[in-house]
Amino acid sequence: MSTSQALPKPSKPAVFLARLGEGLRGALAKLAREPLGMFGFAVLIILVVVAIFAPWIAPYSPTAQNLSQALQPPSAAHWAGTDEFGRDILSRLIYGARITIQTVLAVSLIVGPVGLVVGIVAGFVGGRTDAILMRITDIVLSFPSLILALAFAAALGAGLETAIVAISLTGWPPIARLARAETLIVRNTDYVAAARLYGASQLRLLFLYIAPMCVPSVVVRLTLNMAGIILTAAALGFLGLGAQPPAPEWGAMISNGRRFMLDNWWVAVMPGIAILMTSLAFNLVGDALRDILDPRHVRS
Amino acid sequence: MIEVEELAVAFGEGDARRQVVKSVSFSVARGETLGIVGESGCGKSTVLRSLAGLDRHWQGRISLAGRPVDKRRTRDQLMLAQMVFQDPYGSIHPRHRIERVLAEPVQAMKKGDGWDRVASALEQVGLPAAFAGRFPHELSGGQRQRVAIARALMLEPEILLLDEPTSALDVSVQAEVLNLLSDLRDERQLTYVLVSHDLAVIAHMCDRVLVMQDGRFVDELTKDDLKAGRTHAQYSKDLFEASFLA
Amino acid sequence: MSAPDPVLKVHNLSVRFARSQVRAVNGVSFDLGAERLGVVGESGSGKSTVGRAIMRLLPPSARVEADILDFEGAPLLSCSAGQMRNLRGNRMALIMQDPRYSLNPVLPVGRQVAEAALLHLKVSKSEARERAAHMLERVRIADVGRTMELYPHQISGGMGQRVMIAMMLLAKPRLVIADEPTSALDVSVRGDVLKLLDELVAENNSGLLLISHDIRMVAAFCQRILVMYKGDVVETLTRLEDAQHPYTRGLIAALPDPRHPVHRLQTLDRLAIEAAEVRV
Repeated sequence: MSTSQALPKPSKPAVFLARLGEGLRGALAKLAREPLGMFGFAVLIILVVVAIFAPWIAPYSPTAQNLSQALQPPSAAHWAGTDEFGRDILSRLIYGARITIQTVLAVSLIVGPVGLVVGIVAGFVGGRTDAILMRITDIVLSFPSLILALAFAAALGAGLETAIVAISLTGWPPIARLARAETLIVRNTDYVAAARLYGASQLRLLFLYIAPMCVPSVVVRLTLNMAGIILTAAALGFLGLGAQPPAPEWGAMISNGRRFMLDNWWVAVMPGIAILMTSLAFNLVGDALRDILDPRHVRS
Repeated sequence: MIEVEELAVAFGEGDARRQVVKSVSFSVARGETLGIVGESGCGKSTVLRSLAGLDRHWQGRISLAGRPVDKRRTRDQLMLAQMVFQDPYGSIHPRHRIERVLAEPVQAMKKGDGWDRVASALEQVGLPAAFAGRFPHELSGGQRQRVAIARALMLEPEILLLDEPTSALDVSVQAEVLNLLSDLRDERQLTYVLVSHDLAVIAHMCDRVLVMQDGRFVDELTKDDLKAGRTHAQYSKDLFEASFLA
Repeated sequence: MSAPDPVLKVHNLSVRFARSQVRAVNGVSFDLGAERLGVVGESGSGKSTVGRAIMRLLPPSARVEADILDFEGAPLLSCSAGQMRNLRGNRMALIMQDPRYSLNPVLPVGRQVAEAALLHLKVSKSEARERAAHMLERVRIADVGRTMELYPHQISGGMGQRVMIAMMLLAKPRLVIADEPTSALDVSVRGDVLKLLDELVAENNSGLLLISHDIRMVAAFCQRILVMYKGDVVETLTRLEDAQHPYTRGLIAALPDPRHPVHRLQTLDRLAIEAAEVRV
């Protein structure tokens, strides 16, 4: 988050580390005043820990079938019950967290930099470059990501990678617009004028002066987008276009559970709760980050 | 040191075209401080920004240190004149530490990494070296303006262009910053062009004052004129009276 | 110095903001009659907070305390929000620094002044418009009919401030608080705006509290000056020449004066000021 706060002074890595710690402490102190954001962060941290240590935490294998135990309600042995093949739902949810986090991270890592670069270049260079880049952005923005994903799945075959590519392809335009709006403000400031006067090159202005000012709002927007990414990924899974069985993708799990909805509610509801909690956590964290990183949204 | 001939600046196209500066000529000798005073919209800042090389809409001839300069400056031409801006809160990058703010000009000009010169730069504007690690928001307005002055001096320009350098500051801080500017001028034989709406500040700092109204210079006052309250045009007389509520 | 019937009585006014232990305003007392009283200080001196505390316009996190804070003999601190709304604009007015921010950008200025007349004078719509036109004429706006149709961004800063004054003084308030009313204006129109303000205030027999950082301007315009430093009133003056406190003297000396040129300006001796503070 605070990429620009810790400026590398190559000769002194110790100073760099001390400052990084200082920045983190400051951020934590601010976070402490945001109980909801704190909650969101806690949920996300638990999610990440669970995803990393899934093999040790999960009580059963996510794919091992045990037909004699099929469709068991939640109990001491199976906290979240079992599905139609007798697989432990809790274990599947725990392994599913890996898929979810993988998707979210992959999409963010593609969408963030692409959107940021397109936005700041369009805003900074202006003129025809701006017009062309923003029209492309508008066109992409008008594609519904689900339909695009369908097309991709038809062309490349369904799978997690296809889903990631499809979501990323339609995910960068809002980031680009945001970064462009920020850039339009920053490029007219006096500190950029001063930098022009001491001969800073265009690239230097773009990446050392303008980009650091756009990064906080882009990070906030990305975090808020993550909730949407999870939902889209789940929807793709639900339609059978995301991760393929037997991979424990949360959306696909709901899709399977749909058939047993009336008699065995837990099969669909448990992954539903997981999706709800995770996207809620991302939204809360996004709001908290906005307050921490973006002084314009300070709460009185 | 500075020669300006028939400088004219216009913004906009067609019907919206506005002539902001209407063919002005002036020169500034080495070591001299020239003041340009006028009210908002008179074109004084535009003259300064054209001199600096920030505005490229101008016509006419500008030469700095005896060499004519173009609208698009080379690095060497940029090194001749640096600028100090009005708003100390907006003229320093909010996410750069002070040391970086000061090292940037050196790095951008590819003259080394600049880190080694930060401490002495801070010292010469009267700030402790410990400020190097701070962010701009941890400094007061006056301290920031000192940093901005130090930054402008990093490239050792011969000309400093000052755009209302103290109008965002408190009176007591203004006095400190003006003193710093006079000291630096004496030490380094700098040439200043100072733009302000505040006749008192201009009169204190400048050897010669041009009064600007509606894109033209309507009066030129020397230090003696100012001391005696002597003016040669109605507008400068009005301005003089309004400034001191005389 | 205070008039027999003070418009505003302030005794031991203190303001503290939430979580901060330091008082932004620390025991300020003064009486204001039908006169021009200036409040001078640098940023952070608490001068604007005093104005806002009197108008009860501080955010809820601010704690305002005073032994006496009476406006026309009635305590302000016990007024309900509704009563305060009634007083503001009607009996007391606040004129702020930049008309560009205090006027509504999407309404023509004539309508805004008429709106104020409608609200405070309880008159019919057509009469409100007439009063507005009359008031704009009083603040010497040329071609009132045309100006009334203009939007705030189409008029100059000086004219905007005149419109603000017209709007605020329409209901003939007893107390006018002007917070840096001329700082955003060009030098040549500052005098006119101040003169106008004085004229209207004198006519209504009201009190004017002029808050500004510009000690010279305040001294030329006001009958009495309160000098504030870090939340305290360090001294009350009628003439600048009488200044005793090192802070006031420092402020005056720090101002460049072309008629008495110096090579270096005097700067504030903060130690001497602190010492004087302790003694008081």
